[in-house]
Amino acid sequence: MRRITLFIVSFITWYLLTWPYNFQTGKMDWQIFFVGLLFSLLAAVLFVEVFTRTPLKFFALKRYFWAVCYIPVLFYYMLLANLDVVYRVIHPKMPIRPGIVRVKTTLKSESAKAALANSITLTPGTLSVDITEDNHLYIHWINVKSTEEEEATKSIVLRFENILKKIFD
Amino acid sequence: MNEVIGIVFFGIGVAFNFFGCLGLVRFPDIYNRLQAGTKCVTFGTIFILLGVLIYSGFTSLGIKAVLCLVFILLTSPTAAHAISKGAHRSGVRLWKESIIDRYREEVKPVEGEKADA
Repeated sequence: MRRITLFIVSFITWYLLTWPYNFQTGKMDWQIFFVGLLFSLLAAVLFVEVFTRTPLKFFALKRYFWAVCYIPVLFYYMLLANLDVVYRVIHPKMPIRPGIVRVKTTLKSESAKAALANSITLTPGTLSVDITEDNHLYIHWINVKSTEEEEATKSIVLRFENILKKIFD
Repeated sequence: MNEVIGIVFFGIGVAFNFFGCLGLVRFPDIYNRLQAGTKCVTFGTIFILLGVLIYSGFTSLGIKAVLCLVFILLTSPTAAHAISKGAHRSGVRLWKESIIDRYREEVKPVEGEKADA
């Protein structure tokens, strides 16, 4: 099952990367197509060990729906983050009070935690420094509002956690 | 029309990249610099790639731009994470006016490295 999923994923990536179908002429470049099949097969055989252990998640369509819902949320926070950074950069006095705080997450799977850490890095004023084994994240915060764990968790983690839980867990 | 929108997107992207670089110069320590570097440069590059998509439409070029966009979204924050963790582990202090450093208080340094570099 893992091999089949890896084969499909790598073949889709290959297809997008090379795009053998030409819209204007409507012709298919079968040479590229079959080379892609061959190499996806090779990747599926050789690199299955580094692939996810729960491949069935790739076939749950509901997850893709939530992933599409996640895009505007992430985009909105990224826009806020960038305006925030631009404000702090061009302000002559540089209004920053940085520090590293600790927050807690309830996400379980590895990929969900990775996505959470990445989202935190891309959103206003925060940069994830480390994830520990017992589900704590250390966050570098450019404008520390609260050093308490609960409050920091509320204002950093919770806005992503619910939707990421639906996508990855 | 698509060309005009594409070029506007290029402009926005380059502007954000510029502010990211400005932050890289102005901010005091490595962690704040990474904040500016990652956020603005990722966002600016995403805008440039979206501009490529709009400029060229759904051709093979535009689809490659979307694929690059996904990979940049995945890799750029990960790289920042790796750099910040590495810096902290090897003893780079936070800026002297920082409020708090829970990480330093709670995580023991790796064996064989200097605690106070």
